[in-house]
Amino acid sequence: MFSPDALPLAASASNLLAAREQMAFTLGFHIVLSCLGVALPATILVANYIGLKKGDKDALELARRWSKAMAVTFAVGAVTGTVLSFEFGLLWPHFMDRFGAAFGIAFAIEGIFFFLEAIFLAIYIYGWKRLSGWAHFWSGVPMVVTGIGGAFAVVAANSWMNQPQGFTLDAAGKVVDTEPLKVLFNNATGYEVPHMLLAAYMVTGFLVASIYAVGMLKGRRDRLHRLGLLIPLTIACIVTPIQLFVGDTAAREVADHQPAKFAGMECIQKTGGHQTEYVGGICTSDGVKGAIPIPDLDSFLVGFSADTKVIGLEDIPVDERPPANTLLHLSFDAMVGIGTALLLLGAWFGWAWWKKREIPKTPWFLRAVAISGGGAILALWCGWIVTEVGRQPWIVQGYMRTSEAVTEADGIWFSFALVLLLYAAIGTIAVKVLRGMSRRWRQGEAEPEGTPYAPPEEAAP
Amino acid sequence: MSKADVAAAILWVGATFYALFGGADFGGGFWDLIAGDAGKGERPRALIQRSLTPVWEANHVWLIFILVVLWTAFPPAFSAVFTTLYVPIALAALGIVLRGSGFAFRKSIEGLAARRAAGATFALSSVLTPFFMGAVVGAIASGNVPAAGNGDAFSSWLEPLPLLTGAMFVATGAYLSAVFLVGDARRAGEPDLERYFVRRALAAAAVAGVAAAFGLVELHAEARYIFDRLVAGGLPLVILSVVCGVGLLAVLLRGGRRPLRPLAAGAVVAVIWGWGVAQFPYLLPTSLRIDQAAAPDPTLVTVFIVFAVAAVLVLPSLGLLYTLSQRDLLEAEH
Repeated sequence: MFSPDALPLAASASNLLAAREQMAFTLGFHIVLSCLGVALPATILVANYIGLKKGDKDALELARRWSKAMAVTFAVGAVTGTVLSFEFGLLWPHFMDRFGAAFGIAFAIEGIFFFLEAIFLAIYIYGWKRLSGWAHFWSGVPMVVTGIGGAFAVVAANSWMNQPQGFTLDAAGKVVDTEPLKVLFNNATGYEVPHMLLAAYMVTGFLVASIYAVGMLKGRRDRLHRLGLLIPLTIACIVTPIQLFVGDTAAREVADHQPAKFAGMECIQKTGGHQTEYVGGICTSDGVKGAIPIPDLDSFLVGFSADTKVIGLEDIPVDERPPANTLLHLSFDAMVGIGTALLLLGAWFGWAWWKKREIPKTPWFLRAVAISGGGAILALWCGWIVTEVGRQPWIVQGYMRTSEAVTEADGIWFSFALVLLLYAAIGTIAVKVLRGMSRRWRQGEAEPEGTPYAPPEEAAP
Repeated sequence: MSKADVAAAILWVGATFYALFGGADFGGGFWDLIAGDAGKGERPRALIQRSLTPVWEANHVWLIFILVVLWTAFPPAFSAVFTTLYVPIALAALGIVLRGSGFAFRKSIEGLAARRAAGATFALSSVLTPFFMGAVVGAIASGNVPAAGNGDAFSSWLEPLPLLTGAMFVATGAYLSAVFLVGDARRAGEPDLERYFVRRALAAAAVAGVAAAFGLVELHAEARYIFDRLVAGGLPLVILSVVCGVGLLAVLLRGGRRPLRPLAAGAVVAVIWGWGVAQFPYLLPTSLRIDQAAAPDPTLVTVFIVFAVAAVLVLPSLGLLYTLSQRDLLEAEH
């Protein structure tokens, strides 16, 4: 009656491109919001804890404001995440048909985390006035746990696409048996999940800090701004060195298990030892043009020895090589480069704080923090480009091609165009709404006793 | 009962919760839409806003739950539905995005005109979304989704029964919402709003009842398999639904205070399970049976475990959220 391998022999190439673009765009939009969903609760609770423990009114005010902003970002995140669920069926129905029984397992678990997060987030966001201080604080703690759990489940699903396991296929390619624990804890889960979790904390920390850095550059040096910069920046700077370690491990794992992806992102053409690490440049089949070459470093990074053999694209069948080699390579380099820059920013901040218990005085520090949020988001996108484009032409590495998964439905270019317009509008309005909130808070702050011309209060540190 | 049947029952439980709570939230949008100009509609809209704000996202997760269980436990059914009914499904997704963001923006955006635009977006998409969802369900019930998928993109749902089902979804949500809002208005001590929503609950009940009666006629014509089973094995549930519906009308008409919500919920739940009984053992009548579509046992067992954990953790948490909300311990404006 139904046969999973009655797949179209050649799904329309146009549909494939449109579907991939739409998926990439909607995922790229949502992932920023989901980073906030994962890591903003912890950031808010740190401020809330300081506020309650030390009776710090400014910290409490920050927690209250951030939770109000989170109400907006979580709502938009919830609906854009729903779009992704729909897209599994609207864009990739044959993937779900064939592998839903395995791939779906992680999502079934994610469902619980998302449920609990939505519930406790509502209790926390709307519980400020009537719940007692500590009861309210504790009502927020499940958000942190469920945010981490939800990220684990979703990223485990993506890890499975990179290193699929835990299922048995019959001769027709139908999944006839599954091992749920092996699906969940596949070989890529161990590095992809921490990499994404830490990325969520970096994006959130640097992004929130950058907003306050901009405010301070505009001369708003009150205690609220200092604290609003210090709390998220501290979290992000603690997380960044761990992230570089995890990312380095992840790259080695990719080299071992997904050699085509690794060769693509490092522009390696010929298999062998003594591989040069190319920084930047354009990838061509006769080597990298315009890059800064560092002899032997690539081999060394993969196996801690210049002799380490690394597989080049020449040994990958032509129809299994990732497309857009240069894009992959530059995305990877941009991610690593931005990560390193953020690490240096953290070192600067840590050193200044250790020496003087003070934010560095120079405006250059604030300028650096001001762009760190955008930088972290850019690095996040680049990382996902490496993961997703680097896995092409596979949707399930080694088992199913993306071209076999795509829908035959008409109108994907139309839906992509519509999604572009819709998300552009939603993104613009969301930023407008958040900026409006921030302006109202500032104005409310300036006239607490009905004295609109009083100078802004310079609170003691 | 096989493992696959249990998984299908879990799917139906999810659909039931979504219909009751998600449906009522859509209904709130419907009443918001027709509440009149800014002056006239101010108080009902404020009540709707207060009732929906803390709960709508949690209620929305039932939809995710349904999708996840469907694609995990019954992958071929998921694929068949999405490759055939992608037009109404994409429109429903569009509605979900517009509704959620419209609702989130309307209370925090600056300027009356912008607020009204966001509010209108929320309200209008609250009507369109359940309509298209109903069209999807009606098309499945009509047997218009072939098991292999890729059924006709338009004629599969542009038929009287799917469109009528869409209308029934809208009316049912409006009915549930009005009944819930009667209670909320009473608790808020606003007797005129209470009467306002009693009138609307009665009107919505009448519309839903008439739509259901037409639906039966259309079922007879377009979905004979379902009709025959509905008036046989499903009959007790149909009768229960009618009894609950009529009971609620009686309570409302004599100005009674309770039980309102259990009767309203009972009328809806009985229909959903009546439909389930009538469709059994098919997921896609009459081309794909539950057992044919089911994933391997370990996957189904995972779904059972997830459901058990949800029953232990999520349901009490939802209970806590509703309790806090109903005792006015959660505030939309803080």
